[in-house]
Amino acid sequence: MIGLVAYLVFFLIVALIFAVAVLGLNLQWGFTGLFNAGVAGFLAIGAYTMAILTGPSREAVLGGYELPFAVGLLGAMLASGFAALVIGLITLRLRDEFLAVATFGIAVTIQLVCVNWEYVTGGTLGLISIPNPSRALADGPFAQNLIYLALVAVLAGLVFVGLERIVGAPWGRVLKAVREDETAAASLGKNPVRVRLEAFVLGCMLMGLSGALYVGFIGYVSPFDFLPIVTFQIWTMLIVGGSANNRGAILGALIVWAVWTGSGFVISKLVPPSVQAQSGAMQAVLIGLILVVTLLFRPRGLIGEKIAVSRHARD
Amino acid sequence: MILQHIADGLLSGAIVALGAIGLSFTMKILRFANFSHSELLTWGAYFAVIFFAVAAVIGGGYGTPIAPFSFGWPLLAALLVTAALTSLLAIALHHLVFARLNRMAGHMTMVFASFGVALLLRHLLVLIFGPAPLYYSSALQFAMLLPGGVRVMPDQVFLLGLTVVVVIALHLFLTRSRTGISMRAVAENPDLARVSGVDVGRIVMWVWIIGASCAAVAGVMYGLTVQLRPELGFSLLLPLFAAAILGGAGSLYGAVIGGLAVGLSENLSVMIIPTTYKPAVPFLMILLVLYFRPEGLFGERR
Repeated sequence: MIGLVAYLVFFLIVALIFAVAVLGLNLQWGFTGLFNAGVAGFLAIGAYTMAILTGPSREAVLGGYELPFAVGLLGAMLASGFAALVIGLITLRLRDEFLAVATFGIAVTIQLVCVNWEYVTGGTLGLISIPNPSRALADGPFAQNLIYLALVAVLAGLVFVGLERIVGAPWGRVLKAVREDETAAASLGKNPVRVRLEAFVLGCMLMGLSGALYVGFIGYVSPFDFLPIVTFQIWTMLIVGGSANNRGAILGALIVWAVWTGSGFVISKLVPPSVQAQSGAMQAVLIGLILVVTLLFRPRGLIGEKIAVSRHARD
Repeated sequence: MILQHIADGLLSGAIVALGAIGLSFTMKILRFANFSHSELLTWGAYFAVIFFAVAAVIGGGYGTPIAPFSFGWPLLAALLVTAALTSLLAIALHHLVFARLNRMAGHMTMVFASFGVALLLRHLLVLIFGPAPLYYSSALQFAMLLPGGVRVMPDQVFLLGLTVVVVIALHLFLTRSRTGISMRAVAENPDLARVSGVDVGRIVMWVWIIGASCAAVAGVMYGLTVQLRPELGFSLLLPLFAAAILGGAGSLYGAVIGGLAVGLSENLSVMIIPTTYKPAVPFLMILLVLYFRPEGLFGERR
């Protein structure tokens, strides 16, 4: 019984860490209509920044500043935000597809840098023994995981409440206006390029936060944690839950992560170990199918966008 | 040394060029960036594996090699059959996914769906054929020594020649045939083309057929000159986009020149940066083009 509860705690930590990234993507795609095909890249920037800032010092590798956890989280957000700013400044004034291509490209490039720039990233070995703040606060993995879950839940909750506030505020209405009709928004004196850039950078900062929380939890960072499949997973979470709805983003993260880990468990029981590579492919095919089927038959997702009517137009 | 890099660049550029033609046409005429286009190259290459397997059962198999090439006449038959099969796959995807989403949702939803389709197609190949690399033929081929100390495989020379033939054929198709002229009309202005009596649905089919056929040829040639892997197309996705964006969406010669430029820059880049960073070159090219000339070299400013 305690095993099941312990697993549930573990599951919730990872799912909520994903949820933070999904909330960031929701700000970009759901509310602003920006297609970010490089989510994994921004997660990786956050994860590596965290590892470099808070990790122990080691020979021949940059970093080891042993800074506090909170500084690591903040630094991760700033680093991801800066990368987003550069990409955004180049592509956001162009056709929508170009952002998709450029973000896809940056994710591929970041992965390449992670594998090859050993001085900063530790290469294929990655960086290990990143401190987890819960280790100092309790004994035993179960209590420590409970503390980390509380921390992640509080942060995810803060992100959720913050996003709910800003998308309900005038700024959030401008986002939707730009998404629906850029020309109309511009004719009302809004600057669509600037608004898009703000939403893009803010969303990528949340992805950086998510990557940092992940590294803080598992204690190491490896370039193979940020393959393009992670981008697909996060997108599927958003589409299944319902884009342009922050509750949907969190629900999608929980459901899709449950399907992913559940199917992995079932497949590992059914498939002989000699075809392990194929079993990973089965999971990926399943995610791809869920994605395409949801788009075709329930494009709103499980809980989609609420229809908002101006209070001046009610009668 | 530099001559060798240029030769390698032109050869890998020819494959990128063939693949980018279809991507460029879909970006212009169907108006979405199709992330699953690169998987058509992979499926084309693996369709040829099936073709050779079937041919081996019927008799004939890989055929007697025509010197100096590593392959015989069956390869040409394989190119035609895989082009047809890949076109069928593309048309099926169009009807099952893209056409339906185009009616229901915005074009960015199509871009996104193409992401999911790409994932599905790639992992289906891993499921069917396994992750290990395959080869059409286990025969060894010796490189020819060209003047200047450049070494190329005879098969690679064939690839270059085939690319030239395909581009000339497409040029004649687009400028001389009624369907080709209608296709350019739809690219310019679909509504005007429709009221002028052009069957836009038929033209869209042709875009898929041309794009998928070129992709299949590129995939088979990659399988012949390099190797077959389920990530074959995926690893070419950024080069394909770089070529299509550099050339300008919808431009045949733009895609070809873009493809050669990408191949050359990738191969020449190893003279100044470590080889391991070669795959990042197309991304840098995309950023530079988008910053300085977003409509591409041959595209029109919008």
